[in-house]
Amino acid sequence: MKIWLQIIILFGSLSLLSIGGGNSVLPEMHQRSVNDYRWLTDTQFADIFAISQAAPGPSILIVTLIGYKAAGIFGAFLATAAVIIPAGALVYLVSRFWEHAARSPIRTAIEKGFAPLTVGLVLATAYVLGRSTEHDWRSYLLTAICAGVFIFTKVNPLIVVAAAGLAGFLGWLG
Amino acid sequence: MNEQASLGQSRGGKPSLWALVWTFNQVALASFGGGLSAWSREVIVVEKQWMGEEEFLSASTMCRILPGANQVNLAVFIGAKFQGIPGAVAAVFGLTLIPVLIVLGLAVLYFQFHHVPSLQKVLHGAAAAAVALTLAMAVKTGKKCLHGPVPILLFLATFILNGMLRWPLLFVLAIVGPLSLIWAWPRPGTK
Repeated sequence: MKIWLQIIILFGSLSLLSIGGGNSVLPEMHQRSVNDYRWLTDTQFADIFAISQAAPGPSILIVTLIGYKAAGIFGAFLATAAVIIPAGALVYLVSRFWEHAARSPIRTAIEKGFAPLTVGLVLATAYVLGRSTEHDWRSYLLTAICAGVFIFTKVNPLIVVAAAGLAGFLGWLG
Repeated sequence: MNEQASLGQSRGGKPSLWALVWTFNQVALASFGGGLSAWSREVIVVEKQWMGEEEFLSASTMCRILPGANQVNLAVFIGAKFQGIPGAVAAVFGLTLIPVLIVLGLAVLYFQFHHVPSLQKVLHGAAAAAVALTLAMAVKTGKKCLHGPVPILLFLATFILNGMLRWPLLFVLAIVGPLSLIWAWPRPGTK
């Protein structure tokens, strides 16, 4: 019972603190769940981080696994709900304002003005991801080929991702 | 771009709750190895045409600024746009339910066997393709909105500060955001 409350309070507050995305509160999440509550070890934290990054879906699902280690399946769902609901409620309020502001200058300016900025953020994401994952020249070559296919053809991206996964499975990436 | 959005809506009508669940589930499962944001655009703007390019991009930036996981926020935003609170709940369920089960399954496997080598190899390849999809998204969306020197400068400033110099998102937005708004603010007389 006490542990459920700890899960709700920890992930509920991290939800509202995670400005810029889930990764911004990882250090705090690590501090609390490993050092303070001792729900899991350092190595286990690193391992479940890797799993949540690679698995399909949002990478914030690392909290599902921390909740699981802390309090079993119920803890897993509790942690997931706690991290989603507070931030989600805030986004909901902003989205209502957004619909009301349909033809206002501020919405027009944000939609037009933030587009170039967002393209910059998307390219920054690709850049950071490309450098952080264990990319050697073979991975870069594969990334370049896939990018060419995505940009110049209409092949379903899922087929390309599956083919790249196969290339990895066959050991072509070392 | 707004024309494109209204065209998409008039053709398909408002997506139902079930369509929201199903579509976000499709986005989540496709993102094996990463690239969730690029997959969202691929499915929501290109395939379903639920939103125009600019509306999608600005929504995704707002979802980055607000606290919370970016893609979960985007699901709330898009779900709420079409179906209010039930829509937001449906989109989040679609995005997270199956991935939660997968991630739990993987974790159980992991704690049993400590490592799953062939799985890591597959992920390595899929991750290379996910980076490529994100790169392709930057190229495709860039072609549509980077016309003229000012947007190109705003784009470059954001990329260099956030991507290459690794400045925190909030600092970058505090600098580039106001400049973007001044540039894009609708002026009387011009269209």
